Amino acid sequence: MSNVSHFTNGLVKSNPTFVLVLGTCPTLAVTTAAINGIGMGAATTFVLVCSNLLIAALKNVIPDKVRIAAFILIIASFVTVVDLVMKAYTPDLYNTLGIFIPLIVVNCIILGRAEAFAQKNSVFPAILDGLGMGIGFTLAITLLASVRELIGNGSIFNVKLVSDNISTFLLFILPPGAFITYGYLIAIMNRLRARYSN
Amino acid sequence: MDYLNIIILALLVNNVVLAQFLGICPFLGVSGKISTSLGMGGAVVFVMALANLVTYLVYNFILVPLGIEFMQTITFILIIAFLVQVVEIILKKSVPSLYQALGIYLPLITTNCAVLGIALLAIQKNYSLVQSVVYSSATAVGFTFALILMAGIREQLELLGTPKGMKGFPLSLIIAGLLSMAFMGFSGLVK
Repeated sequence: MSNVSHFTNGLVKSNPTFVLVLGTCPTLAVTTAAINGIGMGAATTFVLVCSNLLIAALKNVIPDKVRIAAFILIIASFVTVVDLVMKAYTPDLYNTLGIFIPLIVVNCIILGRAEAFAQKNSVFPAILDGLGMGIGFTLAITLLASVRELIGNGSIFNVKLVSDNISTFLLFILPPGAFITYGYLIAIMNRLRARYSN
Repeated sequence: MDYLNIIILALLVNNVVLAQFLGICPFLGVSGKISTSLGMGGAVVFVMALANLVTYLVYNFILVPLGIEFMQTITFILIIAFLVQVVEIILKKSVPSLYQALGIYLPLITTNCAVLGIALLAIQKNYSLVQSVVYSSATAVGFTFALILMAGIREQLELLGTPKGMKGFPLSLIIAGLLSMAFMGFSGLVK
């Protein structure tokens, strides 16, 4: 595969959110407002790129038998970095995302890419793969969050798009709305992919 | 806060899967059959209670005195991975029948974000040791409860015709949404 396809793979063809359906916990939990999607996506992308880089660089040093433990340790270190940085510089976003920042550790996208890609490839493709997957994840959860924010609150990125006289459908901000919106978005994506792959 | 409150909150009002979105992967992946859901649920109850016990002790007696609370994510994930391994080895030697039943579910628990999430939440809520263990056990039972409900519905759905695009994940998610809506009815049960 060329470098370009390493990058684009995560955007559409193997989009972690809509095609692989990985990392569903943060996808459902933090998508109450579009801005949270960007924040969560950026944090995850950072961890994904850094851990892919380090794992690809260390792949000949890490013994095969303890590789999963080593991967988790590397990922957890970068998550701690993100956790402390966000706590210091973006306290509001940090409070909204709450427990889901430390839980990036157990986001299956990251461990999945370490196992499936980074440990078999050299550093540069691993970075591109991490970037592609991370941006694919960010775009997908921001789309999901925008739909929920628009229906539930009448706004996107806190910009009011619906007049105040129209009552919004609050359920979409609440937990059931997360499941239902995500379900329909996957169904729509399946339909689109089926149409354009022929 | 008394224990009954903690139990009702963890089990129904703030159900770990349907209200807090923790442990969605096994919820969608393993909930095909009632029997496998029970196996997974049993393993989670066991590991989650044990993990909360150990993380509480490690946090309060090692991390806090040393002033390195920021290391909690790394420490906790290592403890959970280690516990899962230990439980697996002990069960294999001493209770082979239970090991046979839980076998494949045990390794999966390391990446179940509910275990790490609940350990972190119990610390955040300043629970005592007993409260923390009660909270995690009730949460794990709530997880099993949601898993079994979902499995029961999905077993029935196998027999129905569904639109092609909705098969699999989309339909499961929408059912989960309806279940979650039903669980919202429990809010207000406890002050």
